[in-house]
Amino acid sequence: MRKINQPGTWALLTGALCLSFHLAPSAADNQVKIGILADMGGTYADICGQGCVTAAQMAVDDFGGKVLDKKIEIVSADSQLKPDVASSIARKWVENENVDVIGGLVSSAVSGAVSKVNADNKKITLISGSASNTFTTDNCNPYNIHWTYNVVALAKGTVKPMVQADKKKWFFITADYSFGHALEKTATSVINDNGGTVLGGVRAPLGTTDFSSYILQAQASGADVVALANAGNDTVNALKAASEFGLTEQMDIAGLLVFTQNAQAMDPEVAAGMRLTTGFYWDMDEQSRAWSKRFERLHGGIPSMIHAGVYSSTLHYLNAVSSAGTDQSDAVLKQMKTTKPTDFFSRNAQLRADGRMVHDMLYVEIKAASERKNEGDIYQVLKVIPAADAYNAMLPKCHFL
Amino acid sequence: MATFFDINLFALFGQLLVGLINGSFYALLSLGLAIIFGLLRIINFAQGAMYMLGAFFALLALKFMGINYWLALLLVPLAVAVIGIAMQRILLRPIANEDHLYSLLLTFGLALIIQGSFTHIFGSSGLSYPVPEALKGGTRLPFMYLPNYRAWIIVASLLMCLGTWWAIERTKLGAYLRAGTENPQLMQAFGINVPLILTLTFGFGVALAGFAGVMAAPIYSVSPDMGSNILITVFAIVVIGGMGSIGGAIITGLSMGIIEGLTKYFYPEASNTVIFLVMVIVLLIKPAGLFGTTR
Repeated sequence: MRKINQPGTWALLTGALCLSFHLAPSAADNQVKIGILADMGGTYADICGQGCVTAAQMAVDDFGGKVLDKKIEIVSADSQLKPDVASSIARKWVENENVDVIGGLVSSAVSGAVSKVNADNKKITLISGSASNTFTTDNCNPYNIHWTYNVVALAKGTVKPMVQADKKKWFFITADYSFGHALEKTATSVINDNGGTVLGGVRAPLGTTDFSSYILQAQASGADVVALANAGNDTVNALKAASEFGLTEQMDIAGLLVFTQNAQAMDPEVAAGMRLTTGFYWDMDEQSRAWSKRFERLHGGIPSMIHAGVYSSTLHYLNAVSSAGTDQSDAVLKQMKTTKPTDFFSRNAQLRADGRMVHDMLYVEIKAASERKNEGDIYQVLKVIPAADAYNAMLPKCHFL
Repeated sequence: MATFFDINLFALFGQLLVGLINGSFYALLSLGLAIIFGLLRIINFAQGAMYMLGAFFALLALKFMGINYWLALLLVPLAVAVIGIAMQRILLRPIANEDHLYSLLLTFGLALIIQGSFTHIFGSSGLSYPVPEALKGGTRLPFMYLPNYRAWIIVASLLMCLGTWWAIERTKLGAYLRAGTENPQLMQAFGINVPLILTLTFGFGVALAGFAGVMAAPIYSVSPDMGSNILITVFAIVVIGGMGSIGGAIITGLSMGIIEGLTKYFYPEASNTVIFLVMVIVLLIKPAGLFGTTR
């Protein structure tokens, strides 16, 4: 539907590059180049599209546009949420255009593809938009850095308090692709560990508009809680159908991944009282507000946690380049993992040896319409989940220091 | 729960009813396509965009002009018709005598432009439109909770479809329309303004999509890609019913909704593809579609 991809050209190009691979010297270039790969026109465009480029640019601007006397340049492209498109762009960037690091990266499938290309080329992958936890567990490699959030933080943050509050029986409506499966699997283990049971679930294709038949199945299950293991418009549409068919009066709904943009799109009457976990909320305190207002002026909308994460990870990367005195990946990585990120986004944060950036997460509740002071006023922060409890433990095989 | 041969009848009826509701949308959209194709021989790929425009117009009218749902149900299809008429006059008429492919590509391009512009302005997250006050709540049937608004969709779209069918197949104006496409020169000789009839027909066809868009706004999230998501299914339905067959589009639209509902009960994984499977089978057995005639 969008830009026509030319696999033939890429294949030729890649082939030619492979041949010359051993001859190519690691170009000592005069700039630090950051590639931002985002979804410019698809389902996730509001969460990490042009906004991710804007956020990265803000970090570069805050750095004065230069590091180690080298110019910092940002290039960006549309992944179209397709892994094959993403990996050919990544290959072009790191092999031909001296891109040093690739960030943004929404959709776990896209990030997985880019991560492979980067690892082969010893370039850093700064994942901010994807949820799967495999980048720092099963598929970990020294060049993966995962910022912002992951499925474990979401499941632990949202599911655990509900099971402990005696909501024992669960039913899943899951997005039918890798992210949804991963989220369901992680949430299921949290439910089981805390004495709950999963009665069943349905898998809905990505981009379903009518969830009514899934809602009917959930209703018939007799569960206490219906968990939505999906994201974006899918969550919004599922919630809409749930309220229409009276499900919200009988059962609780747990939105496992909700971005501020989606919460804004929900009917406040239905969404009010829903609790969820997020890595960032723009209106949390003065520091967050100041950055978010600046983002809003440039981009025209409040930032998602991914936008904030892109800024924060880019800034941490540039700081590390500056301290390490080089943009050579291994030296920069070491520097990144040994200094703590500090900015409005990174609270009590640490970049672990496995590449997982852990930081305080927020457990929030969606406000009722009557409590909202303006369009962006959607969350009430209930508690801060300390960084140490929020994420999965590090696997020994992923200890890269 | 009532069971019969191991079938949970309650759950089955629930899915059938939901299927009928979806079928109502399919019927409205495919009816518009069938009318346009039947009379103008244009494969209108912008029909999905018109459906999306209908939903967005309703939303914007409510937000900025305070126009409520009921008024929007009347005014928005008119607004969409005006856009359709402009499209037909300015862009489609000059290529009316060219191959079908030209109009197909033109409308496809227009749909992409409209959808892209709306994504640019409103973002991709989707916006919500409230269910009108009078239709809030629902009725508890023995086998499911039926939201009043969904019941309204079935009634309203059936009325709209039957009214359209009647107007085209059973009235004098409809007879002119049909004759105008069979033999435009002869009609013109009788003093009938054929180009005007064609333009108005196109306007009416897209207005049906606009109407469906307003109906859909309260239950689906109003987003720029809502039209492109449904369009492919609707085209499959038009093909099954027979390109250009008015009654065929209505009957096929409703029955495909029901078949989809049945599939969701017996084998949910296939519910996305079952319509296309039916399409393949129908095309193999009856290439002109169930109700189509070969010319």
